[in-house]
Amino acid sequence: MELLDSISWVAVAFHTLAAVAVISALLVVFVRNIVHAVLWLAVFFISLAGVFLTLNAEFIAAIQVIVYAGAICIMVVFGIMLIRRWNMGETNLFNSQTVAAAGVVALVTMLSAFLSFKSGVVEPAGDVPVNQVESIATALLTKYVIPFEVAALLLLVALVGAIFLAKEVKADDADSHS
Amino acid sequence: MTLTLTVSLYHYLILSAVIFGIGLFGVLSKKNAIAVLICIELMLNAININLVAFNKYMTPGDFVGQLFAIFVITVAAAEVGVGLAIIIAIYRNKLSVNLDDFDWLKW
Repeated sequence: MELLDSISWVAVAFHTLAAVAVISALLVVFVRNIVHAVLWLAVFFISLAGVFLTLNAEFIAAIQVIVYAGAICIMVVFGIMLIRRWNMGETNLFNSQTVAAAGVVALVTMLSAFLSFKSGVVEPAGDVPVNQVESIATALLTKYVIPFEVAALLLLVALVGAIFLAKEVKADDADSHS
Repeated sequence: MTLTLTVSLYHYLILSAVIFGIGLFGVLSKKNAIAVLICIELMLNAININLVAFNKYMTPGDFVGQLFAIFVITVAAAEVGVGLAIIIAIYRNKLSVNLDDFDWLKW
């Protein structure tokens, strides 16, 4: 019982979820079939939602599951199916710059990990308030209303742009318009 | 006997750095354009961990970090939509999604 009481369950949850996230992220990059890569991407998104829960960010965790694990994974699978080729087992390969890329990435990761260690031990400045949705909504519609509207405009532009780009343009149509 | 398993801001920053590195490696070294798009998602998610962690450890009452995370998620959704549309449009012309084949802008 003493052992059970001494365990910080948030820490256990964080370490488990972090391990799942890192392993599934590695599988996303190293699996050779891109459909399997997208499935591992869904696992990665859900484990990150768990990491957000350990940070007392329930709303972000819900958004993560709905938008990333739900919408974006499905959209990427649709994109893959629209451009599918015969041998799906060889669709997620490496190019010729892999060694140079590994060097650059090792450097960047070392640097950012070093800078994280230099930041010093930080204790939480206080508890995250419980009524998160209310606080976020108030901030979004008062202090951050301009970025909020710009985000809405961005989504509209992206929607129209995606439809226009993915629409098939026939050569005859292009001629008749000019 | 006690287990000294703790969690602090360090752990989140290291996790974020590792996932960002994996995503950057994928962006630089994958052949398939859709794989590059997926790896950009990995990088954006790593940034979100940082933002939400700083929100908890620095300014828990202000929700600035969580708001930025919401905006990052919005931009990521828009980016995936437009990116996939561009890839589909290019595939229609070139019948390929291999990034090494996209060399129209080469001199």
